[in-house]
Parts: sequence; structure tokens; C-alpha cells
Amino acid sequence: MTRFVLRRIATMVPILLAISFAVFWAANRIAKPGYDIAINPRVSPADRAAYLDSLGLNEPLPLRYLQWLSDFVRGDLGTSLVRNGSEVWPIVRTALTNTLVLVGTAVVLSLALGIAIGTVSAVRRNSFADYAMATFSFAGISIPVFWLGLMLQLFFGLYLANWLGVTPPLLPTAGLYSPGQQGFDLVDRIRHLALPTMTLSLQLIAVYSRYMRASLLDVMSSDHIRVARGKGLAERTVVIRHGVRNALIPVTTQAAVDIGQLVGGLIVTELVFQYPGMGRLFVDAMTGGDYPMLLATTMIIAAAVIMMNLAADLFYGVLDPRIRRGSR
Amino acid sequence: MAVAEGLSTERPAALAWRRFARRRVALVSLAVLVGVVLVTVGAELLAPYPQGRTHAADVLANPGRDYLLGTDTLGRDTLSQLLYAGRVTLAVGVSVALLATFGGTLVGMVAGYVGGSVDSVLMRLTDTLLALPALMVVMMGARMLGDSIFDVVLVLSLLGWMAVARIIRGKVLSLREMEFVASARAMGAGTWRVMFRHLLPNLVGEIAVAVSLATAAAILTESVLSFLGFGVSQVDTPTWGNMLGGNEGFMTVAPWLVIPPGMAIAVTVLCVNFVGDGLRDALDVRGDGRSRSSRRRPSPGASTGSRR
Repeated sequence: MTRFVLRRIATMVPILLAISFAVFWAANRIAKPGYDIAINPRVSPADRAAYLDSLGLNEPLPLRYLQWLSDFVRGDLGTSLVRNGSEVWPIVRTALTNTLVLVGTAVVLSLALGIAIGTVSAVRRNSFADYAMATFSFAGISIPVFWLGLMLQLFFGLYLANWLGVTPPLLPTAGLYSPGQQGFDLVDRIRHLALPTMTLSLQLIAVYSRYMRASLLDVMSSDHIRVARGKGLAERTVVIRHGVRNALIPVTTQAAVDIGQLVGGLIVTELVFQYPGMGRLFVDAMTGGDYPMLLATTMIIAAAVIMMNLAADLFYGVLDPRIRRGSR
Repeated sequence: MAVAEGLSTERPAALAWRRFARRRVALVSLAVLVGVVLVTVGAELLAPYPQGRTHAADVLANPGRDYLLGTDTLGRDTLSQLLYAGRVTLAVGVSVALLATFGGTLVGMVAGYVGGSVDSVLMRLTDTLLALPALMVVMMGARMLGDSIFDVVLVLSLLGWMAVARIIRGKVLSLREMEFVASARAMGAGTWRVMFRHLLPNLVGEIAVAVSLATAAAILTESVLSFLGFGVSQVDTPTWGNMLGGNEGFMTVAPWLVIPPGMAIAVTVLCVNFVGDGLRDALDVRGDGRSRSSRRRPSPGASTGSRR
């Protein structure tokens, strides 16, 4: 087992390094550090050179990459170029926390519902409920997420509120807390999380319920289920104890991968609901040319994705010994 | 001629069509898609107003007799824009799907058939690209290129071939062990000849499914990109995505600006997904590219990237 874990970790290192260089190169192309100074006619050439020098931008790209990398791994993410020179890390940390809260809520909720729906679909295979849930799943993966978000805002923020005659609307359509909110208020926070979570969950439930259905059908056709039935166990016990438990493995592993992907993939939901997380920080940094911020957000998101992929692989290896043996 | 009982002598295409047509959802979806294509291609004939025509006196007009779906902030008829935009959206979706599937098939075939270190390098690249947060990478790529239709197609294709490559490789790995490959090689067929004359025809099912699922994915990703302002320019080329992006702020006063384009995307993608699913059944294609013995977690499939 230890060998398996070490091997998996060792293969991650070169990938992370390659990605970090690609990110560095891309961020330089996108944010064009020092570009505003270079085209400003009021800045004399001497001042320009001095400024670029102070940021270390006169060095060749590979050298700057090594410098940045050594700072990065030591936890020095630099200072933002546009937010009055405030440090990058505290801003990123707040955004990362917010994103993880939203992702965690959505994934846990979707897992619970997806597993339940998938189990019912598999047990009542080809029933009306199964077809209805299949149609729902197809709708879930076909509706653009941003549009779903907009429609939920329109419904809860305008139509339902008008119909009920309440102001402010039942569920807030943007932000993380009410204006003027002092301190932390759990109810207020949950109400603000409701719509973004709904938006995210529809697609996740659609995917998880399909996985769960396929996985459970697969397990139910295996020999140990026949043995369990042969022992005379109740069908309910067979399905839950022997079927669902084994069928959970691929679904939960996929959820682990999703947590990583979602840290970077929340961009749309965060923008629609003006939720202060990593995705929005990334887009702001990209459009604002905030080069240290862009580097920090992309690198942390990429690292999160790769770490969660690794975690999912290890998790799978722990749960299913065949994987361990197979990949030696 | 004694044909064994139960063996089908039907032509493969006819068999596939019969199996496809048995599924009503797939047939209806195909009909809807044909309708959408005809309506958008015939936009000149059907649209009440020419593309981009503004009506200064009727800004943000309600849906009514003159404007069936209302007008936007420049007084452009939403219905006309919707039809013209659909043409661009569909064209982008199909071009990306074809290009990405072409690339993915090539990579998958070479990796699977040639094997060895070529396989390791190609699959390491594929897995690395697959492991990245998809939307973020696409956005950075789009930012580096530009906002013409061509740029968007290029970015989406360059970053959309990986899932196909995995599926094709998996299939090729099992095909290459079969007798017909051995006999072709015994008769002196070279690597490329085996790949294109003998393996490729056996991959038609996988490729057809990949094209349909990639089309659905590309339409969704393009709409997200354009909605966020990183995709096709809003100035002169309407797409369903940038119609939403440009009008989002007026949603509460003019919901007719955001509901129709979103519905159009959802219905089109839903139908493409149903057709793809029908094709998968009709052509007997399995979902993931891994062989049965080494199956691990299920692959998310081409249509469910991270576009959240």
C-alpha cells in the first residue's frame, strides 16, 4: 500500500511542474505585466526600465519562472497589482474558503440525492420512475448552468416575490451576506447559499444518479449478490447491504474528483450570483491584468484539481485492492 | 446457403437505423434537431427582420405583433437575432465536434496501435490535459487568441479531443489483438494501412457517438464562453451565448431577452444528447475507454465537462 501511494505521488510531481510552467507562460501572455507602463507616453524610458527592474520583469522568462516557483513553494504569493498592493494570499484564502463551502454543500447534497435516485432507478429498472429520472438527468446535463442560475434568480428574486408580495425576496439572488450584516449569521448565510447550491446541484445530481444506477446494476449482476440471495436474505438487505455499499465506490470517487474540478469550475455560478470565490477572483485577475493574482489563482486551482484526482485514485485503491495490484 | 438461425444478414447501417428508430425519444430528438437546423439555415427567409437591424423607436419593446419575442436595448428583434445566432452556434458546435473528434481519433489510434513509448507520451499528455480545470483553461486559451468565430473554434477543438482519444485508444487496444489485424499484417500491410483500412472502419460507432456528444459539449462550452465575454464577439456576430451575456442586466425588465436563447441552447443540447444516446445503443458502443478488466471509476463522458 505504501508503495502504491508513493508511486502515485511521484507521478504527480512532474505533471505539477509542467503545469506550473505552462500556467506561468500563459499568465505572462494574458496579463502582460508592465504593458500599461510600456505604452504610457508620460513615463520616461528610464523610469519604465526602473519600474520593470523593480518587478524583476527584465529577466528572461525561465529565470523569472524559477524565482516565482521558489517564492511560491515557500508561501510567498506576492502582492496584488490592482488592489492597492495588498498581499495576494489573504485574498486567495478567503475566496478559497468561500468556494469550498459552496462546493462542499453542493457535492454533499447532490451525492445524497443522486445516490437515492440512482438506487431507485436501478431497483425499478425500466419502470416509469426510471424513465422519468433518466429524462431529468438528460435535462440536467443539457441545461446551461449560467442560464439555470439566471432563471432561478428571475423566479425567486422577481416572480415569486411579486406573487407573494414580499420584499426583499424569499431567497437573496446575489452575494454572501445581507447588506449591513454584522458578524456571522448562519441562517443568513444558508439563505445566500441556497440558489447557487441549487444551480450547481442540478447537474451534479443528474451525473451522480446515472453513475449510481449503472454502478448498482453492474454490482447486482455479480456473483456475491446471487450468494446473498441464495442465503435467503431479504431483497431489501441484499440491495442495501450487499449492493449499494459496493456500488458507492465509483460514485464517491467521482465526487472527490468533482470537488477539485469545481474549485476552478465554479466560475459561471460565482459570476452569476456574484459569489466572492476563486472563480470570480480568477476572472477579475484575468480581465484586470493582475498578474500575481492570476498566477496564484490558476496555480492553486490547478493544484487543487490534481490533488483531488490523486486523492480519488488513492481512495479507490484503498477501497478496491484489485486496483493496487493492477497498477504495480 | 445455410445461414445459422438468428444470425442477422442485414446490412450494418440498416440494422443500426432499425435499432435507432426503435427508440422514440431519439427519433423525436432527431426530428427536432433537423427542424432547428432548417430554421436557422433558412433564417433569411424566416426571420421577420434582417440580421442586426435596429429599431430606435422600439427599444426593449414587449413581445407583440410586430416583434414576436420583443426587442433588445438597440431595438433589434429577438426572434430574428435568435435565428441568425442559432446558425453560428450550431456551426461552431459541429465544427468543434468534427475537429476534436478527428484529432482525438488520430491520437487514440496511434497511441493504441503503435503502443510503447509513443503510447505513454500521448496518454500522459491526454491525462494531464484532462486533469486540468476545463473551463479555466479554455478561458485562458480564448484570452490568448481572440474573439472571432475561428479563434473560438480553434480553442475549443484544441482542448476538446482528449475524451475521444481515450475511448478510441481503448477500442483499438482490443481490436489490434484480433485475427483480421494479424492477417492484414501477414499480407504485408504497413502501420498506416492497417490503421486506416482495417481499424478505422471498426471505429465508426465510437466516432459517431463521439461526434454527437462532442457537439453537445461544444455548444454548451461556446455558450458559456460567449456569455462570459470570452467567446465570440458580441458586436457583430450573435450567438445564443452572447445574446444571453449581453442582455443579462436587463433580465428583470425584459425577460424575453434571456429566456428564448437559453431555451434554444437547452433544447438543442438535450436533443443532441438524446440522439447520441440513441446512437450509442444502436451502434453498441460502450461508454468508457477502459477495458473491462481494468475498470476503475467511470469516465464522465464527453458531454459532462465542468462548465458549472
